[in-house]
Amino acid sequence: MLIQILGTGCPKCQKLEENARQAAQELNLDFQIEKVKDLQQIMAFGVMITPALVVDGVVKVAGKVPGVEDIKKLLVK
Amino acid sequence: MNKTKSCSCACSGSVTLLVPCSGAADTGEIADRAARKFAQGGCAGMFCLAGVGANLSGFIASAKGADRLLVIDGCHLDCAQKMLAEKGITENIIHVRVTDLGIVKGKSPATAERIDAVVAELGKRLTASL
Repeated sequence: MLIQILGTGCPKCQKLEENARQAAQELNLDFQIEKVKDLQQIMAFGVMITPALVVDGVVKVAGKVPGVEDIKKLLVK
Repeated sequence: MNKTKSCSCACSGSVTLLVPCSGAADTGEIADRAARKFAQGGCAGMFCLAGVGANLSGFIASAKGADRLLVIDGCHLDCAQKMLAEKGITENIIHVRVTDLGIVKGKSPATAERIDAVVAELGKRLTASL
């Protein structure tokens, strides 16, 4: 599973990455996390608010930092 | 960063997105041009409603993640508001309808005066929501 964190590196982006990593680890998923900081690449996803969480190419959430339990639900959907 | 087509960081404060219907009628044109003019003020950013209609996850997630959506429909058909509702986006919406401002669909070319009237209404409604 490819988990991408879209954002320019702000505190919320870092928190989202932290929560996503913890969620994926607790679910024992085979995953890799990639940070996307380039604005053009971010906009190519159609994302207009960061941070955003992308799972296997699908944007799951933007502009918010869900907690670990909520991210777990997004990862298994 | 271009103010009419941008990506906002949620760390920088509240995010307001402008969602005009951009319909074919004169009132749709007024909605679109008023939104673009309002965006130039920096209080809100333009949003791509077509991306929601196309079911693109990034646009739908962005609309759901915004603090408020300033939705501008040209007429009573309310296409923009209904398209958002179709995707489950019904919260944090401020809805402005061009024809509610005395602008008659099909009889109102997009003049600067009419566009400014809608821009003023957007400012008033946004301010009232803060």
